[in-house]
Amino acid sequence: MSEKTELDPKLKARLKEEYERDWRKELRKAMPIKERMKIPRQKMPEREAEERNRDFREVNLGLDAEAACQEARRCWDCANPGCVSGCPVSIDIPSFIKLIEKRDFVGSIRKIKETNSLPAICGRVCPQETQCEVVCNLKKATGVPVAIGNLERFVSDIERLEGQVFIPRIEPPTGKKAAVIGAGPAGLTVAGELAKKGHQVTVFEALHVAGGVLVYGIPEFRLPKSILKSEIDYLKKLGVEFRMNFVVGKTATIADLRREGYQAFFIGTGAGLPNFMRIPGENLVGIYSANEYLTRVNLMRAYEFPVYDTPVMRGKRVAVIGGGNVAMDSVRTAKRLGAELAAIVYRRSRQEMPARVEEVKHAEEEGIEFHFLTTPIRYLGDDRGRVRAMECLRMELGEPDASGRRKPVPIAGSEFMMEIDLAVVAIGQSPNPLIAQTTPELRVGKWGNLEVDWKTMATTLDGVFAGGDIVRGGATVILAMGDGRLAASEIDRYLKDGRGSFLRL
Amino acid sequence: MAEVVRQKRLVPNIHLLEVYAPQVARKCLPGQFVIVMPDEQGERIPLTIADWNPERGTVSSVFMIVGTSTAKLARLKAGDEVPVYVGPLGRPSEIRNYGTVLCAGGCFGIGAIYPIARALKQAGNRVIVLVDVKAGYLFYWENRFRKISDRLDVSSRDSRFDCQGYIPHLLKGILEEEKSIDRVIAIGCTYLMFSCAEATRPAGIKTLVSLNPIMVDGTGMCGSCRVTVDGKTRFACVDGPDFDGHLIDWPELFSRRKFYFEHEIHSLSEWEKRPPREFDRDAKKTSDERKD
Repeated sequence: MSEKTELDPKLKARLKEEYERDWRKELRKAMPIKERMKIPRQKMPEREAEERNRDFREVNLGLDAEAACQEARRCWDCANPGCVSGCPVSIDIPSFIKLIEKRDFVGSIRKIKETNSLPAICGRVCPQETQCEVVCNLKKATGVPVAIGNLERFVSDIERLEGQVFIPRIEPPTGKKAAVIGAGPAGLTVAGELAKKGHQVTVFEALHVAGGVLVYGIPEFRLPKSILKSEIDYLKKLGVEFRMNFVVGKTATIADLRREGYQAFFIGTGAGLPNFMRIPGENLVGIYSANEYLTRVNLMRAYEFPVYDTPVMRGKRVAVIGGGNVAMDSVRTAKRLGAELAAIVYRRSRQEMPARVEEVKHAEEEGIEFHFLTTPIRYLGDDRGRVRAMECLRMELGEPDASGRRKPVPIAGSEFMMEIDLAVVAIGQSPNPLIAQTTPELRVGKWGNLEVDWKTMATTLDGVFAGGDIVRGGATVILAMGDGRLAASEIDRYLKDGRGSFLRL
Repeated sequence: MAEVVRQKRLVPNIHLLEVYAPQVARKCLPGQFVIVMPDEQGERIPLTIADWNPERGTVSSVFMIVGTSTAKLARLKAGDEVPVYVGPLGRPSEIRNYGTVLCAGGCFGIGAIYPIARALKQAGNRVIVLVDVKAGYLFYWENRFRKISDRLDVSSRDSRFDCQGYIPHLLKGILEEEKSIDRVIAIGCTYLMFSCAEATRPAGIKTLVSLNPIMVDGTGMCGSCRVTVDGKTRFACVDGPDFDGHLIDWPELFSRRKFYFEHEIHSLSEWEKRPPREFDRDAKKTSDERKD
């Protein structure tokens, strides 16, 4: 996503039309670029590290209106904006930023919602530094891009806090029924888009709370549940029906749902299968998958045990294996649950870590230790089968591998012991196999992912589309939403003209 | 939300929960389980399905009161709702005509093995049921088992029964008496399943056990229920719950079952301090219901 790609001509035309509006011209004239460049990037206010690392309340406090307007003034309103090409859901970024500069916050959020139904979430969890902000022309000139993500968060928060959530115009009912399987970011996006088109949408969710990874994975201190709840309420206002505690593939198959009258399907069941390293001792008591650790804490609220019944082990010395966002969430959670040592153990170096820059910065401020170029090779237990230590190996970086990152190579004889009482394995997830197992017509790829036509997100089964981590493996919320948007427009077309649409092999 | 149709004590500490869940009732097969959450603060726990009725749309499980969640379940009454009742989960037990099959069950497993024994009987097997109860008054569903078994044995420490002792002793005795037993299936506490698997190991009789490790989602997402089978890590929720008892790493399973031992005691003692919603109305039940 970091490369600037050529924009779709229709999108380009739309951006140009907005760019040439009179108010935009006036705003550009109001402040010369030289003046704009003098404004420093507005700092995101955040809670003190030593205070926030003891509770689960949100770390970032959000920009105030003055800071947001000031930040918006930094944007040059380029004739050829780079930012839009970096956004998987093609938000008209210059327009929404200039509306903030104009102090038309309502107009700004409506502009975002034209293409993104979950802005309060994206403003918080998108890796902007590798998407829109990396291709910002201001970044190219000065190295410091416009804080696009912080601004997106600002206008969505204003809308929610003022209690005037805008409901867009919904097209007349089409009488068509669509089933969305999985209430994660991909599924929620599809549900919102299809509801706006007048289709009757039902979301089937296996867990008892909607949100997928947004609810079980991303902690409260990064994405408060209340925000997710208001996004779900918004979808309900659009007419989306939610059926919870329903495991498609078990409670009913896709064929069963077809008999119930659903004409099109979107599978967004995510990467719900944790990967382990398959090293000795990995099933000792005190070793969690990140999925389990975070699910216990976030979804089941184990941090409020025993008021909530679900327990979680509170380690004093915790090692989290991995360098992605899930690893950062896990290690910061461990710190908040009282760990004296909360450490990231990552086999490559800092530069290769896939986590968002802000998460790494926050983690460091909160007292997280980082052990780079280190990998565990086995766990040792006590006489009760509980983990007590982890044997590690030092690594060095060799040639770049398929991902373009330099491959870690073990240094012979570098073994050493790390005393721990809890380990969290956060090395990625694989696609959940439940639906594929009961729907033999779906073609599954090498990694258990569903195979799709990337132009339409259609699977090998007529009328069945898929997106997000079930096709990508472990990726990001915004890529899942991008898939959802594409799939929704194809599903809309499929429902309206009824012609077959599937991946032919 | 799912509505409770019936919740009653079968024998001391062991209860039956029947829930209106038509979609689950329509789909379930012997050996599958549901995930239940007793209330909004509750834990998600797996319960093996003990019976179901697609016409009435209900599903039943038998559970033993061991911790906070099951204590909460034991307080439910008809008309109450549980926030989570999801299933049927797990792979169904393999039901075929094997010849002679021995079904062993203890405590809640007596209920859990019932639909498997019934299906095996319907598939044409000679079905031997071996039930382990500490004392006679803990034996429930005796009449049900009489109807579907060719032979019913009870291992007990109660002098009322001819054969006093623990399940492996009786199991060994039956193996000697019966010329050929083609398969053994055991459900109950981990120790019962372990000892059944050990009892059949010398003779090499295929022995399946239905594991009930700690779970959260029950759909393969968390990995809490992982168990080592034949040297490989498997998830009981999606790869099981039935596994070959001779291939399981039992010491690991025993220690993983005790993952939250201290938490469970703490949670239950805290919960018991809270004022109860009402007294356990099922405390006084006659023995007739027990036999069902």
